[in-house]
Amino acid sequence: MNKNYFEIKRAGINTTFQDQGRGNLYHIGIPFSGAMDNRNFQISNKLVGNEVNFPIIEFAYQGPLLKYFGENINFAITGDVKFIIRKKNNAIEGNCYQSFTLENGDELDIISTNKSVYGYLAVSGKFDVNYQWSSCSVNTKANIGANNGKKIEDGQNIYISNINKNLSDKKLNYINTKIENIRVIQGTNFDYFSDEGKKIFFEKEFVISKLSDRMGMRLEGPKIENIVDTNIKSEGLLKGVIQIPADGNPIIMLSDHGTIGGYPKIGVVISADYDKLVQLTPGSKIKFKKVELADAETLFKLYDLETQNLISQI
Amino acid sequence: MIKNISNLGDAALYCDFGTEVNKEINSKVIRYFKSIQKENIDGINNLTPSYNKLIISFDLRKKNFQTIKKLIENLNVTNDDKLETNRIKIPVCCDENFSLDIKRLEEKLQINRDKIYEKFFGKEFFCYMTGFIAGMPFLGDLENELQAKRLETPRVKVPKGSVGLTEQFANVYTFESPGGWNIIGNTPQVIFDSTKEKNPNLINPGDVVTFEQITKDQYYNNNE
Repeated sequence: MNKNYFEIKRAGINTTFQDQGRGNLYHIGIPFSGAMDNRNFQISNKLVGNEVNFPIIEFAYQGPLLKYFGENINFAITGDVKFIIRKKNNAIEGNCYQSFTLENGDELDIISTNKSVYGYLAVSGKFDVNYQWSSCSVNTKANIGANNGKKIEDGQNIYISNINKNLSDKKLNYINTKIENIRVIQGTNFDYFSDEGKKIFFEKEFVISKLSDRMGMRLEGPKIENIVDTNIKSEGLLKGVIQIPADGNPIIMLSDHGTIGGYPKIGVVISADYDKLVQLTPGSKIKFKKVELADAETLFKLYDLETQNLISQI
Repeated sequence: MIKNISNLGDAALYCDFGTEVNKEINSKVIRYFKSIQKENIDGINNLTPSYNKLIISFDLRKKNFQTIKKLIENLNVTNDDKLETNRIKIPVCCDENFSLDIKRLEEKLQINRDKIYEKFFGKEFFCYMTGFIAGMPFLGDLENELQAKRLETPRVKVPKGSVGLTEQFANVYTFESPGGWNIIGNTPQVIFDSTKEKNPNLINPGDVVTFEQITKDQYYNNNE
């Protein structure tokens, strides 16, 4: 049992097990978590013949260096990622959205994500991970999920079971497109802000700050003036909610966000744009564009349809 | 009972029960929360009750704002159902290693620590909501004499188990976390237990909580 494993020679910056995340726990203070970029997560699994919600390894910026031991296994990487496969006698640079085979002793060196934040590694088998509330997704804040709720660390081994015996090569023609305009529905405290502040929010550029992680994305730019109260009575948050604290700089809640908060909500990023939003690197410029609820619903249907189409092409 | 339902983004309902923070309004929120939980409505994937709001998130692949709104409007939630509440006692040690802000609080409130502790430990608290970090309970209400603002510069790390006061509320840090509450002691009691698949939270909305002062020895001998 468990003779197939990766030895982690370098863990990378923020490497964690993730899947679709866990619902119905906001009321006790636990967010969804799960893969930040849901589309790339699902595609990675399909490329190795798994069900789309199998556990995968998510990495950010610098990825892990893994040495493989065991019977032949396929893997696929999605996102916009530079990686190298080192075999006994040669090394090749790999392509995203394509499956490759690893043999006993091969090394997979995930060097970095290119002008994007998150990448996904799926294997044609099942990572041996523990589940909490029907998900393996790691929430490092509450130490919940696989790997004792912690990031993957240097020197540890990651075991894989149920390796698929029929390794077939799969490929998808797909390039991640980037967006600069993030579409937003007005928030419940939109009227807390001055006319000038509202105008700035929808017209000016904001820059993504380095202080961004799986919990939230901080933005810098022209200050948005609050004319009512810089605090509200604490209430629920969701991923995509844009809060404006007293300093006037927006913070967008992301998948590991705190479940309640007390800053006014100026807007909410539409569901169709979330996967693209999380991939924007610090220093990127973004603009918010106002949309109505009905349009947001249609845009999500289209985005979801596109994802399903991509998955069915594999 | 809900004053207004609007959308928060494209995948959530924002149910507004009023603007004040009191037990009466909060009990309405909790009643709705529990009723919706019982209904087990397909597509709803999260509920967040707070002082006077209830946020209902749903899976946009299965449902949309209008359909969930109709379901909630047609839900029969009465004031008659008795809220299930547990009574919970939390041991707290106020040794100087734990009561990080007691001096500051004495100055802010202009009363001495004995009086602060006497009032705090003589009080019955009501749990309005849990969250921010897993299992953190928001307990009220402190009388006016004990109400203080947050620290001007929040701590980068508040130790796990810290018991803090801010405005009319008390809470317990279930994990080490950044935070700005005035810390008066620490509990050895596990408030959030992630190994429990069911009921990981010791304290839930609607529960009644009292604190009991313990010595340093009792703190370190606590088997919890």
